[in-house]
Amino acid sequence: MARIDLNHIRHAYGANPKSDKDYALREVHHSFEDGGAYALLGPSGCGKTTLLNIISGLLHASHGQLLFDGKDVTRLSTQERNIAQVFQFPVIYDTMTVYDNLAFPLRNRGVPEADVDRKVRETLDMIDLASWARRKARGLTADQKQKISLGRGLVRSDVNAILFDEPLTVIDPHMKWVLRSQLKQLHRRFGYTMIYVTHDQTEALTFADKVVVMYDGEIVQIGTPAELFERPKHTFVGYFIGSPGMNVMPVAVEGKRAKLGEQVIDLPGAPKAEGNGIELGIRPEYVRLGAKGMPVTIRKVEDIGRHKVVRASLEGREIAAILGEDDHVPADPHVTFDPAGINLYDKSWRVEMGA
Amino acid sequence: MEKTWNNKAWFMVLPVLVLVAFSAVIPLMTVVNYSVQDTFGGNQFFWAGAEWFEEMLHSDRFWAAMGRNLIFSAIILAIQIPLGIFIALNMPRKGWGVPVCLVLMALPLLIPWNVVGTIWQVFGRIDIGLLGYTLHALGFDYNYVNDPFDAWVTVIIMDVWHWTSLVVLLCYAGLVSIPDAFYQAAKIDGASRWAVFRYIQLPKMQRVLLIAVLLRFMDSFMIYTEPFVVTGGGPGNSTTFLSIDLVKMAVGQFDLGPAAAMSIIYFLIVLLLSWVFYTVMTNYDVEK
Ligand SMILES: Nc1ncnc2c1ncn2[C@@H]1O[C@H](COP(=O)(O)OP(=O)(O)O)[C@@H](O)[C@H]1O
Ligand SMILES: [Mg+2]
Repeated sequence: MARIDLNHIRHAYGANPKSDKDYALREVHHSFEDGGAYALLGPSGCGKTTLLNIISGLLHASHGQLLFDGKDVTRLSTQERNIAQVFQFPVIYDTMTVYDNLAFPLRNRGVPEADVDRKVRETLDMIDLASWARRKARGLTADQKQKISLGRGLVRSDVNAILFDEPLTVIDPHMKWVLRSQLKQLHRRFGYTMIYVTHDQTEALTFADKVVVMYDGEIVQIGTPAELFERPKHTFVGYFIGSPGMNVMPVAVEGKRAKLGEQVIDLPGAPKAEGNGIELGIRPEYVRLGAKGMPVTIRKVEDIGRHKVVRASLEGREIAAILGEDDHVPADPHVTFDPAGINLYDKSWRVEMGA
Repeated sequence: MEKTWNNKAWFMVLPVLVLVAFSAVIPLMTVVNYSVQDTFGGNQFFWAGAEWFEEMLHSDRFWAAMGRNLIFSAIILAIQIPLGIFIALNMPRKGWGVPVCLVLMALPLLIPWNVVGTIWQVFGRIDIGLLGYTLHALGFDYNYVNDPFDAWVTVIIMDVWHWTSLVVLLCYAGLVSIPDAFYQAAKIDGASRWAVFRYIQLPKMQRVLLIAVLLRFMDSFMIYTEPFVVTGGGPGNSTTFLSIDLVKMAVGQFDLGPAAAMSIIYFLIVLLLSWVFYTVMTNYDVEK
């Protein structure tokens, strides 16, 4: 296991990148701590796979430096970096048995056959395919194949890190849950450094101690699930995490007050930024619906079981609020914002509010 | 919905049936017909039963030609299949090299058989041919007209030059269908170049290889035009393959009965060996 440092990594697939647009990774400067369980969360096309491939050495970054435990590995091959990686779609060796598939990464590295056997059996139990060991891998279902792919990632115990690239995409929901818990257990037991890529926030938030949110070739925030929820550093994180996402609205700031059209909102502090491009973000969980406050018109109420999502219109903008299952929408609806949930953004990035 | 049941659709396949009947079934039947009869010219035929078949199966001339065919096909497969795979593995997968390589590979396939024969006939001549003359000038005792070994080498090189690209193109088609993820996974798993070939590329090429082996076997087993043009079956009988012998017998000597019997035996052997190849190659993985 190792600590992984990414030093100003940039990557462009094209030969002559000119502007930032040509970079699949604009600039990533970050450290993955030894033994950490990280989730890499972001929309499709934001560069997650690119980043993983750079860590594993399948790709060599156009700029920047990569360190494992302080040792420069930027120029090393995949083989020399000793990383396990599981891909989004199953890759299996058709002509081999399930057992041989799992043994393959070990045998390639000259592990003694007795150890191979022990490790493979352990892994087979973990992925629940022990009874299939002697079967040809060819005839298996997609999720069994993906479990084999996963197994090949887990069978090596001496790796620097295990990278998962949306590994559960093709697996059915129940099995997804089981496998994810097993990965977590495994992490607790062996302390592997794990990076788990996903575009599914529930998956990210349940798997990881630290979630790394990527957007458009950059890391926009790294934090615990709670930090991402309470204090999104970028409006994108606000939208992307939470369901429904954060309400973001343009405001004009004057001291400790923000003006939204005709309405005035009291802020918990005076933000350090002023002028154009200031937005106020508040999660639906912090929008209180009642008889006092700013007048809204209700558009729709969605009952989703544990609570209701109220879609309303405030000063001509869509706003979502969350209402308890037993609460009722008042006759003359108004909203207030809980100051604890107010964040301010200047050109999409969060600004601190002074006292 | 109500369906109209009638058999009118069969008329649609009628043209094909007629075509196949005239191009394959009727000629084949004629051959079967000849093979069981004897004639002394004119238009008079007598029933001969299995006589011609017995004669053929006891004829040294037939078995000698058959032996040459088997050896020839074996050599052709032994050279063209590995060479084809090797070239396909080394062809570029992207960039400007791809169309260039594909065109180069397709060129020999586009040349008519007899032209290929003529090219090599001239190319190998020791008086005016570039190859023959050069070899001679360098002190090699090369002469496909007199030396059976040289004749064989010439015919084999000619066939390799003409048909290896077919194997290459088929293998290449199999190779480009392999997703990148397989190579990436192999790198992660620390697979050697050989392991990548054995466990990823070869299995993916298996189907096209089956087709390549069948086509190259049938085609080389039925080789006629090229050796006919280059060596005419000689020197002596050294490059007289079954097809050449067949034509000599049927057209040259007008022995229709034996020639027909030989055709049928020949046909059955091609069919049998193709079936064997097919069965072996498709069952290879199932059994293990
Ligand atoms: N092999 C490639 N060649 C060129 N562009 C690529 C390649 N792979 C990915 N890209 C581009 O790089 C960006 C990031 O892709 P990727 O890392 O696969 O995103 P993600 O895994 O987050 O969906 C995308 O805009 C994608 O189009
Ligand atoms: Mg991806």
